[in-house]
Amino acid sequence: MSDIFVVTEHLQGELTDLSFELVAMARDLVSQSGGQVVAGLVGSGVGDLAGQLGGADRIVVVDDPKFEYFSPDGHAAVFGSLASDASVVLVPYTSMGMDVGSAMSSASGTPLVSFCTAVSAGNALAATCQLYAGKIEADVEVDGDRAIFAVLAGSAAADGGRSGGAAAVENAESPVGETRTKCLGVTEPEGGDVDITAEDVLVVVGRGIESKDNIEEAVELAEALGGAVAASRPIIDQGWLPKTRQVGKSGLTVKPKVYLTLGVSGAPEHIEGMKDAGTIISINTDPQAPIFGIAHYGWVGDIFDILPELIDGLEG
Amino acid sequence: MDSVVLLRPVPDPVEELELNDDATDLDRDYLGFVLNEFDDHALEEAILLKEAHGGTVTVLGLGSADEIEQILYTALAKGADTAVKLGEDLEHLSVSSQAEIFAEALAGRSYDLILTGVQAADELDGQLAVRVASKLGIPHVSVVVGAEAGEGTVKVTKEFWGGITADYEVQTPAVLGVQAARQAPRYVAVSLIRNAQQEGNLSETDVDPPEDTSRVRLVSVRVPETGEGAEMIEGDEEEAAARIIEIIRGAGV
Repeated sequence: MSDIFVVTEHLQGELTDLSFELVAMARDLVSQSGGQVVAGLVGSGVGDLAGQLGGADRIVVVDDPKFEYFSPDGHAAVFGSLASDASVVLVPYTSMGMDVGSAMSSASGTPLVSFCTAVSAGNALAATCQLYAGKIEADVEVDGDRAIFAVLAGSAAADGGRSGGAAAVENAESPVGETRTKCLGVTEPEGGDVDITAEDVLVVVGRGIESKDNIEEAVELAEALGGAVAASRPIIDQGWLPKTRQVGKSGLTVKPKVYLTLGVSGAPEHIEGMKDAGTIISINTDPQAPIFGIAHYGWVGDIFDILPELIDGLEG
Repeated sequence: MDSVVLLRPVPDPVEELELNDDATDLDRDYLGFVLNEFDDHALEEAILLKEAHGGTVTVLGLGSADEIEQILYTALAKGADTAVKLGEDLEHLSVSSQAEIFAEALAGRSYDLILTGVQAADELDGQLAVRVASKLGIPHVSVVVGAEAGEGTVKVTKEFWGGITADYEVQTPAVLGVQAARQAPRYVAVSLIRNAQQEGNLSETDVDPPEDTSRVRLVSVRVPETGEGAEMIEGDEEEAAARIIEIIRGAGV
């Protein structure tokens, strides 16, 4: 079997945890199928980062001022060229990986599987995927002997990608010229009125809250508990709460003592940002909501029935 | 700036999903479909661009659910200029096949930007925005949270994670995978949707479903075990509230 190639990603000088998770996952795969774990690293002045990827056998680095910032078409073309011999490519299912993975797949005709949480390379290339925002789990097979798997964060332990020996580091030239997407600069988020990462109690509203006005009742509950209100992505995208209140992949990672969810379904992107909270209590009308898979306590019912009871109980 | 927005119906995310008898896929017969929420944001961003810079908005809707006409009339009521329904009663399609249908429908049209949702909950074989861009040989940016027209370019804001974003200058034509428009998708009065329906400004294009080139196959599907970690609280809201307060107090808060 030929090699397992890992697309790594970094931002503001740091490799993401998911990059290490993918290296760990690749290590598991080569133990089934043979071959080497090859990690690709593309950027400018990124040589130091290569030393952190101890779980890989080889690291191919493209260090080029052109790639000071992530370039959707540029990175896709470089990774496509670096991975051309690999039988399996693991890409992060993230903002960067979305631009890279599907473009590599379209350019090379290699099948791509999204939303993967587990990958196997036994007799056939196969994966387990979370579809429909985590409401359905699917076993998927690929026809052919090459595939790209776009993997969700939290699917393997990151430590497995960090540890190991000293990988051989090779430098490669960028095979691409000018890119058609030019980054003008990176912006860090502005601080908000409340730092939800510093709160002991978060009352977290999801799609089930139904309207902006209804959030008021959740705020009342959060105040009664001495905490703050946070939200899942759909609420932020509606403009009902500021971005600084968002928990999850594109928002913040939080670890409060108590995480109480109201009408949050528990999409994988949300769970990524809250799975390490102390006590997770979830209320949802749908008994199948994936949030109940991660919660410590759950109640199936209407949030608008229980909210007044909770507020009365705390204030009474 | 002329935009084309690609619209896809997806199973209503608030509905419970049923599996087919041999558990190899969803049972789609009784499912309700709605516009993919990210596509709704893509439409909003296109209308905002039109309002700011002029130009037109064309919406192309994939005819894989009965709800598509309602979705397209709603888009017209919101401010789209032209609506086209692609195909009728199409089976569930892979992203590869969707990309082929949309790319074919885009041939011969002139546009500066193509916008669609960054993802859909059933995109098993990749992202539509990137696949369409690859087919057309034009640039793409995923996870877009805002766009502004330039001269032969578009300036887009891409979100990474943890609230970190980056601005890109992208040569047009380009495809944007939109995560969120600069403002929440607008509501439109039912009466306006009805007006759009009466005007009937909807054209249809026949589509021969292409051969599926995804080479990705569902073997089995299941509803994940939930509640395995959670201790489910019994009782009505009053009893549940009392228990939840007890749990919170027990957590040292």
